[in-house]
Amino acid sequence: MAKQVMPKRRLEGIGLGVTGACVGLVALLVVTLIAMVVSRGLATFVQNGVDFGAFLTGTTWNPDQVNDAGQPLVGALPMICGSFAVTLLSTAFALPIAIGSAIFVVEIAPGFGRRVFQPLVELLVGIPSVVYGLIGLRVIVAFTRSLAGGTGYGIFSGSIVLAIMILPTVTSLSIDALAAVPNAYREGSYALGCTRWQTVWHVVLKSAMPSLMTAVIMGMTRAFGEALAVQMVVGNAAQVPTSLFTPAATLTSVLTMGMGNTVTGTLQNNVLWSLAMILLVMSLVFILIVHLIGKKGGKVND
Amino acid sequence: MRNAITRRSFLALGGSAVVAVAGLGLVGCGGSSSSSDSSSSDSSSTKQISGSVTAAGSTALQPLVEAAAEQFQDVQPGITVSVQGGGSGQGITQIVQGTVQIGDSDVFAEEKVKDSSDLQKIKDNKVCVVGMGPVVNPDLGITNISMDNLKGIFLGQITNWKDAGGPDQEIVVINRASGSGTRATFESNVLKGEKAPDSFKPQEQDSSGTVASMVAQTPGSISYLAFSYYNDSLTALSVDNVEPKEENVESGDWKIWAYEHMYTAADPDEATQAFVDYMLGDDVQGSLIESNGYIPMSGMKVERDADGNETTK
Amino acid sequence: MTSSADASKASAGTPGGGSPFTGEAAARHASKLKSQDHVATGIITAIVALVMIILAAIVIYILVLGGGKLFDGHFLTAKAESVKAGGGIGPELFNSFYLLIITLIISVPISLGGAIFLAEYAPENAFTAAVKTAIETLSSLPSIVVGLFGLLLFVQQFGWGYSILSGALALTMFNIPILVRTIQQALEDVPRSQRDAGLALGLTRWETTTHVLLPAAMPAIVTGIVLSAGRVFGEAAALIYTAGQSAPALDFANFNLASASCPWNLMRPAETLAVHIWKINSEGLIPDLDAISNGSAAVLMVCILAFNLIARWAGKALGRRLTAE
Repeated sequence: MAKQVMPKRRLEGIGLGVTGACVGLVALLVVTLIAMVVSRGLATFVQNGVDFGAFLTGTTWNPDQVNDAGQPLVGALPMICGSFAVTLLSTAFALPIAIGSAIFVVEIAPGFGRRVFQPLVELLVGIPSVVYGLIGLRVIVAFTRSLAGGTGYGIFSGSIVLAIMILPTVTSLSIDALAAVPNAYREGSYALGCTRWQTVWHVVLKSAMPSLMTAVIMGMTRAFGEALAVQMVVGNAAQVPTSLFTPAATLTSVLTMGMGNTVTGTLQNNVLWSLAMILLVMSLVFILIVHLIGKKGGKVND
Repeated sequence: MRNAITRRSFLALGGSAVVAVAGLGLVGCGGSSSSSDSSSSDSSSTKQISGSVTAAGSTALQPLVEAAAEQFQDVQPGITVSVQGGGSGQGITQIVQGTVQIGDSDVFAEEKVKDSSDLQKIKDNKVCVVGMGPVVNPDLGITNISMDNLKGIFLGQITNWKDAGGPDQEIVVINRASGSGTRATFESNVLKGEKAPDSFKPQEQDSSGTVASMVAQTPGSISYLAFSYYNDSLTALSVDNVEPKEENVESGDWKIWAYEHMYTAADPDEATQAFVDYMLGDDVQGSLIESNGYIPMSGMKVERDADGNETTK
Repeated sequence: MTSSADASKASAGTPGGGSPFTGEAAARHASKLKSQDHVATGIITAIVALVMIILAAIVIYILVLGGGKLFDGHFLTAKAESVKAGGGIGPELFNSFYLLIITLIISVPISLGGAIFLAEYAPENAFTAAVKTAIETLSSLPSIVVGLFGLLLFVQQFGWGYSILSGALALTMFNIPILVRTIQQALEDVPRSQRDAGLALGLTRWETTTHVLLPAAMPAIVTGIVLSAGRVFGEAAALIYTAGQSAPALDFANFNLASASCPWNLMRPAETLAVHIWKINSEGLIPDLDAISNGSAAVLMVCILAFNLIARWAGKALGRRLTAE
């Protein structure tokens, strides 16, 4: 038993060192990745001289052409709106379903939930995006078309496909969040004569709030970054969306379609990295907002 | 055994070193055969070479190169050919940077790269021709379209099928991704330099397979595809009553076509050159290319340069 | 939302209320709470039923289309064809598992260490918060960006070429956010009292972590691994530029680690099943495209199910061993 021979302080030092090194490595990777995206993304404005304001507010996306003033047509507003709408709507679809399912698994029917429901839900996470895209194309787009007319491609179809894709992530993490609430809390609540629903609503959900927020964030960021499936059903028409049922484009769909077709170092390529940069900033803002809501929700409970 | 391994990996290393050096333009050796030489497969099959070749780029050319690389294993077992996709733009990027030995592309490098010193580092090998044409949802019931109407549709001027010889139904245009080779070919041969107004924002899609599914699923839709992706769930249109067929492309009657390129370094290493020669030889040009919907170089009675000027051979 | 407002009013009255209800009022209130409880249970059960229907629909859809291929020995072992019909997915299937294992070997220890540090050692200050937020933000990057990063750094800069190693490292970058965040959250969710008990017994922080916290957090850690493994199985865009899209035929008798046909060679290009599905659906020319694509999707789904079950079972066993030690 080497552990007992080793002085405790030394063991503690090794533990600290190893885990610290891991964090250092992770931080290094994160910083390198962000630095690369930002440096390439900024090249559009520094090297190619695109006006940042025009990039954010322009509504025409056609990087191969220039307008009358000689500025390339790189307006990202349609995609920013598209990504925003798709992410928000898909989270709104998935969240109640995920949390409802988590309550069912943890509080109502743990046996069935743990043994049958959870593995089934987690099955969904590994199905490739292309398969979701094809199912979306064959089933959901046709459904939307019969529901609202038009072509069927658009934010609505994209959000449904995304909601299904993020469902396993949000559900699994929510289940763990609720399961981590100590049983003593529940017993205390029942002892006071509360019904199951009161216990769930006031005790379990409230005390699981920080973990639930992690679940929401992980789902939302996946929705932000998903490209292949969304691209097949959202329509990819770079226009500012006016309806949920007309074709729209997202940052990722335009980015993914363009990356392979452009040559590194050209404006057409750099501007795609600018889209990635915008995506990072947008999801950062979203995450901060969710944290803020989580903090508020947690405080009410205290 | 051990010796064999080290020699092979040494040769592979040497091969890539040659490419790197050739890319810098410092040393030149070999590379005598020109791109139009299509009869060298016999000579290369006699001499065994070893090395490794990576081809990356165009996804449209990828299946053909993969199939050719597999056959090539029987001719030159010592050469490992690895075929990657990634898109024409990435293919050109990587061959200019010298990180792969072959960059596959659907378009002339001149269209993507403006720096002439970069263009001097690479050599064009046109391996085959791809014909493309408009496809529509089969429920429309039309089989022919005039070039003027086709142009009108993709410029956003015609928005209902009744103005283009079809039923009273809205036209759903599915364009290809901006920057894709197929779109560049289509626009230069159909729109002929005219630009759609900024207000016309059709749907876009990148991959041929997805375009085919979308056109098959969406009523009133029109898009365009390479001949090799035509299938029963789509209707391929004739243009001005010319059918989208190989012989019409070869004769120059069908206007919408493009070369598939395999760019190598200006002075490729032996293994790379052997593979390119094999692509241009009879084993590939004769059977493999034709059976998969591509069009061999040899049959073409017209040719084009990078600026799109067409001449009769 | 009206039910929640009612519930909060009700709860303010019942549990801590000093003046007890009497007679009819109490009975009415109790029955109201009871029916509220029933309604909520009903709604939640309905949600779960809905999810089950969606799930079953997707699973059945995939199985009906491709299930026949599950028992087709030739399909499961043969090499893929690029233009002819009758290809299989043998090398792709092996590559998917091999890449998953290599990725997990690299990413799980790093994430575990990182998460332990963030949860147990890191001081609660602005810097730690910034690191956490940066990791979360990273998980929203589209996978193609991670793929291109891998292309520039691993494939080109380090000269590893299109290889399993490049692919595994790209996937690691992609996995780290979800692994670190879920493991860290799992550790933080372990009740304070357990931690204090460990420390009070004279255990060091490190011993408390390994003997008390890790076993308690094990189910959630396994969830994190299962979720990230699912993404590795299903990921295409990040691998197109790193592990590549070619699958040389594998020779399982070949142990020459420098050979492209040696299955264990880390430096060979390796197309995974998900990449294969993506490839044939985007520009594939094989005549039996739909059959191969649907069959691959069905095989992939069965693999994920098997992996998830094994992971949960292993997690439980490991949790038991850690506590018993």
